[in-house]
Amino acid sequence: MASDRIFGLVCLITAVAYIAAATQIQTNLFSGEFLPKLFPLMIGGVAALCSLTIMFRPDPDPNWPVARTWGAMAIAVLVLCVYAVMITPLGFILPTAIAAGILSYQISPNVKPAIAAGVGLSLGLFVLFKFALGLGNIVAYKVPTAAKLWDAFAILIPFVGGH
Amino acid sequence: MDILANLALGFSVALSPFTLFLAVCGCFLGTIIGALPGLGPSNGVAILIPITFTLGLDATSALVLMTSVYYGAMYGGRISSILLNIPGDEPALMTTLDGYPMAKQGRAGDALVLSGVASFVGALLATVGLMFLAPTLARVAFYFGPAEYFALYLLAFCTLGGMASNNQAKAALAACMGLGIAMIGVDSSSGLPRLTGGNLHLFDGIDFLVAIVGLFAIAEVFFFIESHGKGSSIGVKLDKVRIPWKDIMSTKWTMLRASFVGFIAGILPGAGASLGSFLAYMSEKSIAGEKGGFGTGVAKGVAAPEAGNNSAAGGALVPMLTLGVPGSGTTAVLLALLMTLNITPGPTLFTERADVVWGLIASLLIANVVLLLMNVPMVKIFVKILSVPAWVLLPGVTMISFVGIYSLSGSYFDLLLMVGFGVLGYILRKLDVPTVPVILGILLGGNMEDALRRAMTLSDGDPTYLFSSPIAIGLWVAAIAGFVAPMFLRNILKKPQAVTD
Repeated sequence: MASDRIFGLVCLITAVAYIAAATQIQTNLFSGEFLPKLFPLMIGGVAALCSLTIMFRPDPDPNWPVARTWGAMAIAVLVLCVYAVMITPLGFILPTAIAAGILSYQISPNVKPAIAAGVGLSLGLFVLFKFALGLGNIVAYKVPTAAKLWDAFAILIPFVGGH
Repeated sequence: MDILANLALGFSVALSPFTLFLAVCGCFLGTIIGALPGLGPSNGVAILIPITFTLGLDATSALVLMTSVYYGAMYGGRISSILLNIPGDEPALMTTLDGYPMAKQGRAGDALVLSGVASFVGALLATVGLMFLAPTLARVAFYFGPAEYFALYLLAFCTLGGMASNNQAKAALAACMGLGIAMIGVDSSSGLPRLTGGNLHLFDGIDFLVAIVGLFAIAEVFFFIESHGKGSSIGVKLDKVRIPWKDIMSTKWTMLRASFVGFIAGILPGAGASLGSFLAYMSEKSIAGEKGGFGTGVAKGVAAPEAGNNSAAGGALVPMLTLGVPGSGTTAVLLALLMTLNITPGPTLFTERADVVWGLIASLLIANVVLLLMNVPMVKIFVKILSVPAWVLLPGVTMISFVGIYSLSGSYFDLLLMVGFGVLGYILRKLDVPTVPVILGILLGGNMEDALRRAMTLSDGDPTYLFSSPIAIGLWVAAIAGFVAPMFLRNILKKPQAVTD
């Protein structure tokens, strides 16, 4: 009940914001005044209607995980985000070993198998991609400078990095 | 004898040693992808697409590889359904109903072989149906103008939302999300950015593959963290595998009927393989009646959904190839593959790129035979692969997804976006919001808007133009009926729940 109402409300706000953004779409002589806005406005309208329906006719609540699991998932998201920005300056092997190891530990909390999974996956996939599939340009090993590392990390901090 | 000549052309394209090798690889990979719980056909194919490009395969080879993976995944889904009572992919849910009880009776080998044969029959008949029906439909498609195309896209979203989900509002909202995301980027007619919030990374729009890999593969990681990978060990032991001739013979009519039902369901845009296996199982159940013993592990209950599922997979290719409107999530991914290969599906495809179409059909036939040969004697190998623990499998899939998406543009932005889609996918699936409409929306949003704009330009902004032809009206009626009717049918046609131990 409550989750659907909150979800509906969030979607409704998003839909209204989307409609507002759609009215501000820039147009010019080639596109005509109205056509670039028409379809986004229609989508926003239908989405708003659906959100209202969900708010007023909610389904039963799903089984949400407990707080600890939410924490674990937040860590997983953080790990994936850091992995996403680190793969450029650090290359494939080191970030993959760490990220895969942490994820593995989170799915099944045993330290030794998790380390083995991380290292094994990292090296195994490296060999697969580089030698079997010839994607050496994507999976490479790089030695970063401190400045590059900071640049990459700053992407994740709002208003600081990310160009 | 047009078809035979065309087929000969197709085989001449598809039957080189290299493409055969690709077909075998694709079938093997596909079966594994389908069998592993948590790695369905659509994200399996999606992860492989960028990697295929970086390998530098030409259009035909890439198509052969991907369609083999597609058919293979449809075959593979049944393995975990029967042995673990976990559907390897969504359409395989129906197979658990009779497959798992049959396996518990100690007939796991029989169930696997029988369902393999049923898959073969379904897929073969559907491919034959595709050969006959698609060229005809392609001729009809020449009468389609922008108004008809707009209605057709609408029909796809309506049937998808109506039949394949539990809550119409949520399915429609999911479609809107996808369509809304598709609008982001530079507008083709004005050349000005739309809804990008000034972010340069968004000027190109959001790549469909980023969304699909995020929504399916990354979201799965969160589900496994939540459940700590429980339920991923082998549930039923598999001993000797023999060919159960008696069961195969006794289910031949079931297979034929189920293939027919599945094929029809597959053709409906947006409905796809899940509906095919569902309808095939339900119709066989009602034909057999109370005495049929459906749900207790009977041969017919294993054969029907598998034949229906695989036949729908073939049927779903018909609207995808002739109209450019995919019939399921996985065909949506194949459509994305075609578009990236610079092949635009649609009525002209059959005349202009006959080599591609018939090469594709020939490779489907080849893949099917390869799969049957592979799945009956080698089923034990696939069962071994199923016992890969979740704590190796899921991190592995995640890392392959990252490499795949990274190879698209080499930008961290796509990777972060993919993680974002993963979180979104987790929340949506928890709230019982279907994610396939989001994918379809992102993929078709541009075309749907183009159709609308062209219609509006042609008619000088008159909305009644959208309902101006009989075909368009028919499609609108079908769309509305497809969306509304399930609300009333839901009480009558209840989805059978999975058997619990």
